Parts: sequence; structure tokens; C-alpha cells
Amino acid sequence: MNIVQLLPELVLSAMVLVLFGTSLTTTRTESLNAIALVFSALSLAAAILSFGQQGMLFYDTYRLDALSQLFKVIITFGLFLVIFAAPGLKGIDAKIRSEYYMFLAVGTLGLVCLVSSYELLTILLSLEISAFALNVIIPFRYLNSSRTQMEAAIKYFLFGVIGTGIMLYGMSYIFGLAKSTYLADLAKTIPALLQTEPLAVVGMIMLLCGFFFKLSLFPMHFMTPDVYEGSANETTSYIATLPKVTAVALLIRLVSLTGVEFSQLTWLLAIFAVLSMTVGNLSALAQNDLKRLLAYSSIAHAGYVTLGLLSVNELGFSSAIYYMAGYLLMNLACFFVIYQLSANGENLTFDSLRGLYKRSPLLAFTLAAGAFGMTGIPPTVGFTGKFLIFTAAIQKGLYALVIIAVINAAISAFYYLKMVRAAYMTTDEPSDAVALSLPAAALGVFFIVAIIATGILPQSIIALARQAVAGM
Amino acid sequence: MEKYLILNTLDYPILSLTMIIPVLGALVCMFMKNETALKVWGLIVTLITLAVSIPLYTAFDATTPLYQFVENRPWFPAINLNYVVGVDGISVLLVLLTTFVMPLCILCSWRYIKTRMREFIFVTLLMETAMIGVFVSLNTVLFYIFWEGMLVPMYLIIAVWGGPRKDYASIKFFLYTFTGSIFLLVAIIALYITTGTFFIPELMDHTYPFMFQLWIFLAFALSFAIKMPMYPFHTWLPAAHVEAPTAGSVILASILLKMGGYGFLRFCLPIAPAATMACVPWMIGLSIVSIIFGGYLALGQSDMKKLIAYSSVGHMGFVTLGIFLLNPEGIKGAILQMINHGVTTGALFVCVGLIYERTHSREISDNSALGMMMPLFVTFFGIFSLSSFGFPGTNSFVSEILVLVGAFREMPVVGFLAIIGAILAAAYMLRLLQKVVWNTSDGHAHHGDDHGHGDGHGGGHHVLADLNLREIGTLAFLTFFVFWIGFYPKPLLGMMDVSVNHLIQQVNAGMACAPTAALDHFAMIKGIGAKIAGM
Repeated sequence: MNIVQLLPELVLSAMVLVLFGTSLTTTRTESLNAIALVFSALSLAAAILSFGQQGMLFYDTYRLDALSQLFKVIITFGLFLVIFAAPGLKGIDAKIRSEYYMFLAVGTLGLVCLVSSYELLTILLSLEISAFALNVIIPFRYLNSSRTQMEAAIKYFLFGVIGTGIMLYGMSYIFGLAKSTYLADLAKTIPALLQTEPLAVVGMIMLLCGFFFKLSLFPMHFMTPDVYEGSANETTSYIATLPKVTAVALLIRLVSLTGVEFSQLTWLLAIFAVLSMTVGNLSALAQNDLKRLLAYSSIAHAGYVTLGLLSVNELGFSSAIYYMAGYLLMNLACFFVIYQLSANGENLTFDSLRGLYKRSPLLAFTLAAGAFGMTGIPPTVGFTGKFLIFTAAIQKGLYALVIIAVINAAISAFYYLKMVRAAYMTTDEPSDAVALSLPAAALGVFFIVAIIATGILPQSIIALARQAVAGM
Repeated sequence: MEKYLILNTLDYPILSLTMIIPVLGALVCMFMKNETALKVWGLIVTLITLAVSIPLYTAFDATTPLYQFVENRPWFPAINLNYVVGVDGISVLLVLLTTFVMPLCILCSWRYIKTRMREFIFVTLLMETAMIGVFVSLNTVLFYIFWEGMLVPMYLIIAVWGGPRKDYASIKFFLYTFTGSIFLLVAIIALYITTGTFFIPELMDHTYPFMFQLWIFLAFALSFAIKMPMYPFHTWLPAAHVEAPTAGSVILASILLKMGGYGFLRFCLPIAPAATMACVPWMIGLSIVSIIFGGYLALGQSDMKKLIAYSSVGHMGFVTLGIFLLNPEGIKGAILQMINHGVTTGALFVCVGLIYERTHSREISDNSALGMMMPLFVTFFGIFSLSSFGFPGTNSFVSEILVLVGAFREMPVVGFLAIIGAILAAAYMLRLLQKVVWNTSDGHAHHGDDHGHGDGHGGGHHVLADLNLREIGTLAFLTFFVFWIGFYPKPLLGMMDVSVNHLIQQVNAGMACAPTAALDHFAMIKGIGAKIAGM
């Protein structure tokens, strides 16, 4: 075993240890943030360094391939952005900020391990490491008179446990039928089993449910809005992006196990995708709290991405990866604006966006880029992602699904536009300018440029994603 | 792929340059602060773009239906997607219209836009790139990107600089057009899956099963009909026009609406010829309804901008009518009508903007009897009003007569109904002209505060300043086109001649190779359509 192969995991572990050390002392938030930032940048560098590594580790339970290494880069990059976007940790109690960063690192470590896990119990273990960390940091929110963070934490915990339970139950079916927990073995037996054994379909769906929960896909989406609303803005930006990206990686691995034929599984996934989009978009229309709105929008996006997974071909999978990378950027852009705007880490409504244009043109534009991107307006990454996913789905002949998806996109335009409208609406009330620090301004510009540039020039990312899917 | 194209032989990539200059100009203006400097910069950028685009007219080869000035670069090879742009006789005039109108948009915003000048110039320039992009794209994805990309700047123009109900109008505009065009995307993908290409000329050369054509046609037509706008999808237009600032109205009327007509000509007709034939009665029926209904509604408006907006619905009805007559006169008339509407209605919106700057009202009753105070203004206003209802000697006369000739040749009933629409146009425009110029009224709501020399006269009358040099320049420029096209349309018609004939050949050829099974559908749908259209 080469040390480079595990470099991202090792750097993240070191990050956890160092942050654990700081939690024993009293460290100023600025230095904490610097430490976290440096380590997340290091982990990103490590992930890039270990990109291209191949191999099976730990008695074939842990697989390094193009897919896992690509997702490690995306995940560590996401962690870096999350930490960079929220330097002051306004929403977190000052006493537990080093613990907050520590658990963020633990969660990311779990996610990084998850994309490499190649055996059912290893998958479960990695998933639980990340879930454990999230369960801990959700109630870390510091709010004077509100206890919604506790509600969010309990909901996240209970639903998470139920999700894991269902997944474990599904695994027991799969293990019973296929007599192996190694994905390498399952890939050989599952396609045939799905044709002959109805129980295998049930088992697979239950297995996937654990990731539906992470992705907040219908029918495992119920807790999402409450969790988003209750957790601190920083935490939400993490929950909304990284676990979802990882879930897609695992779904790609598991769905590709089932082979390329249409089966009951495909139709079930199709139903989930459609319901997820429709429920997400229709509920989002009625929201006033921005985080709740983004929660429902993420449910809808889970539906679009499932459409790409359904296609079970190279284009579908690689578009799903591309879509999630874009989703990460667009969502983080919106959460970045929310974080910068909320003075004390409180939740924002449409009213708080009012006149944002006057207060900070850059933030307004960043929000617009994120929102138009999620609507799917060219030339943003959101458009190119949708375009590729629809192409993959139509290639499979899923016309009806694509039509439903585009109608949904039209519905979603309304609430995304509502955000932009609020930001650009003139207001008579005098309001203070939002002071942006130089790094924050740079991050805003980065989000805008990245959302547009990756939309216009998707070639290199798609090439990477294709390579990842091909090497699976 | 080369057989459809004539690569650009000029020394520079003319089409890319016309698209890139505004974007670069927009980026530069983000670093400028001074308002006057910004306006001058906007004007300079649009004028440079105009100058760069002139060779499209002078070096255009009107003897070939192939696409000219083509640039072809690989863009996204994984799905066979190229950056390919070019123009033919159908699109070249629309590109020129865009580059000609944009400097005027900056000029007519000189005083109208009072806040956020930098952002205004920024989005206006982005708008120019997107609009040119729509007309020159020879690739469906590129077309869609520009088509949708246009929504954002246009939305911002209405939402930020619009009138009191801008909120409602802008969101209505956005949702209508977005909903329409999202089906365009499905059609584009479906065509790609069937043929393996996004390249428009190759898509035209395929023959598709009839039902497939019908679906493609419907998806395209919905999006284009909303953009046109065609009855019954026209309701976003009056709202958007009334609330938009002058420049926004001019862009909407002069260029945006043309994209619908252009889309029909570029996509619906050649790609789905059998479905087009099948839907002719429906489309002509809706065109007639648009013409008459638009005119009828315009008759009852008291707001000048609304009146002109509804008149646009009527004029665009002539465009769709001409297109779906599927004969050379009709289509040439339709293209020319698009250009003319761009000139005339753009000018009328500029006129309304000029009055609004002076009186802060767009109500006809508030702006009556301007003849005495603003003789120069009413001269121009009169010319454009006459042009708007197709007075002989003006530009619209030529295009409307072409469409009517086409209509009488195919179906006299339709021609007769269209003439009713033309008469309505005369009625509402003359009513407007009469009230604004001659009506005796003392109900002026104008404030005169912009000009300082206010209360000299009794009875609430103020002296309104006549046009200044900038305004005269703007309107005189457009007047030139009114009479040029009115008296000597030959050069423009000559440019589109070959391309239009080629298009009609394509439609007929596509019709000829439609399978007999499809013709059953065709007869059935045509029968139902004909019954409804009463032909």
C-alpha cells in the first residue's frame, strides 16, 4: 500500500486530531478558521495528488478508482468552500467552535471513506461516521430564544436511524440472496437475481433508501425542510451539499450493479424521481424562509439527478456527476449570500433580501447567478447539467419523464425568480450596506465565474466524469 | 457538413466579433463610474458593433441559399457539439436590424434612465450579444443558449428600470417565455437523439415520421408563438411593454418579437414540413385572430404604450400569416414586415418615451394637442403613425401588400379578413394621431419641471420643449428607413429572394416524401383546422 493512496483520508484525520487539540484550549475564532482552512486546503491538495490512484485496499473492501478519487476532490473542495464561505461562524456558540470544525472534519472523513467503500458493511460504517458527525453539529446552533435546532437534530437523528435501519434490512436481503457483501461479487449476481427474485428488488430499494435519505429524495425527504430551517446557516450549507454529492456517487455504484436492463427497479426509481421533483417544486412555491425554500428545491434537484441515474448509461451517470458538481457550486453560492446577509446567524426570509442590490451589488449578483443556475437558464452550469441529463433520459426513451421534468423546471422558475426579484426590488426603507471582506468578495466573484464558466465549457469536467464512470 | 456552408472569407471573424464586442464593452463598463462616460461608452460600443456588422450587408452574396460568413469551431466534441455561426438571406437582415437598433436604445435612454446607469449599459450590451447570437446560431444548442440567455437581461431591464407594476410585468414575461421555451429544449434533444446532430442544416435534410414531426412542430411552435406573441399567448406583451423603460420597449418590439417569426422560418418550416402543412389552417386562423383581435383591442386603449403594444400583436399576426401562406410573396412579406415593424414600432416607442420624459404620463388624454408646442415631434410621430398602418410610400405598405398578395393568391377569404385588420390599424393609429396632435384639450398633466420654463400660459398649459438634436438624430435615422424601404425595397427583397425560394423548396420536398400514412393524418388535421378556420 502506497501512502499517497490514502492521503486525503490521512489529512482529514490529522485535521480531526489537530482540531481536537484546539478544543482542549481556548483558541480565537480567527485562528480556528485559519487552521480549518489550511487543513481543508491540504486535504483538497491531497485529493488532487491521489487523483488517478487505483487499487483495492483492506481486504478488497476499499476501492480506489477514478470515480472515488474524483468525488474525493469534489468533496474536499466543497469542504474548503464551506469553511471559506463562513469565516466567523456567526451561527455557532463561541465556546464550541473548535468542536464544530472537528465534527465537520469527521463528517467529511466519513464521506470521503464512503465513496471508496466497496463492501456493504464498509459502506454502512462510513455512512454512519458521517451521519454521526452531522447529528452532533446540528444542535450546535446558537440562538437565544429558539430551540428549533434541537428539533432539527432530533428529526435528523430519528430519520437517519430509520433510514439506516431500512438500509441494513435491505442489505440482509441482498446478503441472504447473493451470499456476499462485496460489491465486486454482487455485480455478478445481482442482475440475474433482480430478474428472478422479487425479494432482490425489495432488497435493492431498501438498500438505496439509505442514500435516498442522504439525497433527500422522495419518499425520504420529510425531515429536510425542518433540518435546514433548524440548523445554523453554516451547517445547512454543509448538509445541503456534501452528503448529497456523496450519495450520488454511491447511487451510481449501486445502480450500476443492477445492470442496464429496464426492470421494476427502474420504474420505481422513475416514480420516486417524478414525485420528488413535483413535491419539491410545488412545496417550494409556498415557502417564505429561504432555507426551507432551498430545502424543497434540493428535493426537486434530487429528482432531476435521479433521472440521470435512471438512464443507467455512461452519459447518464457522467451527467449526474456533472450536475451534482454544479449543484454544489450553485447551492453554496446561495448559502454564501445567506450567511453574509444574516447579521447574527438568524434565518432569512424574502423580506430580508429586499433591496439587497443596493446594499451589496456583488451579493445580489451572486444570488442571481445561483438562482438562475438552479432554474436552468443558459449559460450556467445548471442549464448544461439539465441539458445533459435530459439528453441521457431521452436516449433511453424516457420522454414522459423528461416532459414532466421540464414542466417542473418551469414551475421552479417562479420561486427562484422570487429570490432574484426580492434582491433587485427597490425599497424605500433605508438599509445599511453589507460590508464584504476582500476574501468574501473574491469568493462571490469566484462563484459567479465558476457557475458561468463550467456551464459554457463543460468539456473537461464531463471528460473527467466519463473517465470516472468508465473506470468503475 | 461543409456543403451547407460558405466559410467566412473576410479578414476577421465578423459574426463572432459582433457578438464579442458588446460583451467586452459590458465588462469594461463595470469599471466605470461617471454616468455620462457610461452612456457615451455604451453608444461607442454599439456603434462599433454596427460598423463591424456593415460588411454583412455589403459583402453578402444574394445568389446562394447557403450560410455565409460561417465560423465553425469544435466546442464540446463529446456530444458532437460545435460552435457554428453563419447567416443566410433570412437572418442577415435581422442581425443588421439588431445592430442598427441598439445604438438607438442607448440614445433613447439618455435621460430616461436615471438610476444605476452602469448596470443598465451592462445588461443592454449583454442583450445585444444574446440577440445577435439567436439570429446567427446554426446549432440548436447554441441557439437555445442565446434564446434563454436573453431572458435574464431582459427580465432585469423590466424589473429594475420599469414602471410602477414592473414586478408583475417582469415576472409574467419571464414565466411565459421560459415555460414556452423549455419545450424547445426537449424538441432539440429529441432531434439530436434521432439524428445525432445539433447542426441545423443537417437537421433540415432529414426526413422524420409524421407524428414525430408533429410533436416537434408543436414544441417549437409553442415557444415561438409565445415570443411572437400570437393570440392566445399575447397577454404578457402589453404588460411588459407598458412597464418596460423606453429602451426595453424598443428592444422588445424591434428585435425580441422577431425571434418568434425567425424561429418559425428557421425551424418549423424546414425541419417539420409535413407537420407545418398540416397545421397551416390552424396557424393562419390564429394569425387572423391576432390581426383582428390585436387591432380591436388597440382601438380601445387609452395608454399610448398599450395601444402600440396591441398594435404589435396585430402586426405580428401579419408576419405569421405571411409565413404560413408558404408562398414566396407571403414569406418575403413576412420577413420584410419583421424589419418594418422593428423600425416603425421601435420609433413609436421612442416617441412615447420622449413625451413621457416631458409630461410623465402616457395617457392619450394627458398628451393631447401637442401639435402647437412640439411641431418637430409631431412631424416624426405622424410619419411613424402613417407607416404603422401601412400608408403607401412607407415601409409597412410594401410588406403588408406582399403578404396580402400572397394571401389572396392562396385563400381570398383570409386576405379579406386581413384587410379588415389593416383597416382597424388605420383607425386606431389615426385616432391616436388625431388626439395627440390636434385635439383641443387643457387637461395636460405634464409638469414642465424638467425644462424650467413652466407656467407662462394660463389654464394649466405648459410649454413643452421640442426635440433636441439627439432626439432628432434618433428619429431621423429611423425615418430614413421608413422611406427607403417604402420607396425602394428592392435591395432588401433581393437579399432574401434566393433563401426564401430555397426554404419553400425544402418545405415542398419534405411534403413530397411524407409517407402516405402521414397524409391521412394530414388530411384529417387539415380538415378539422379548415372547418374551424371557416375556409
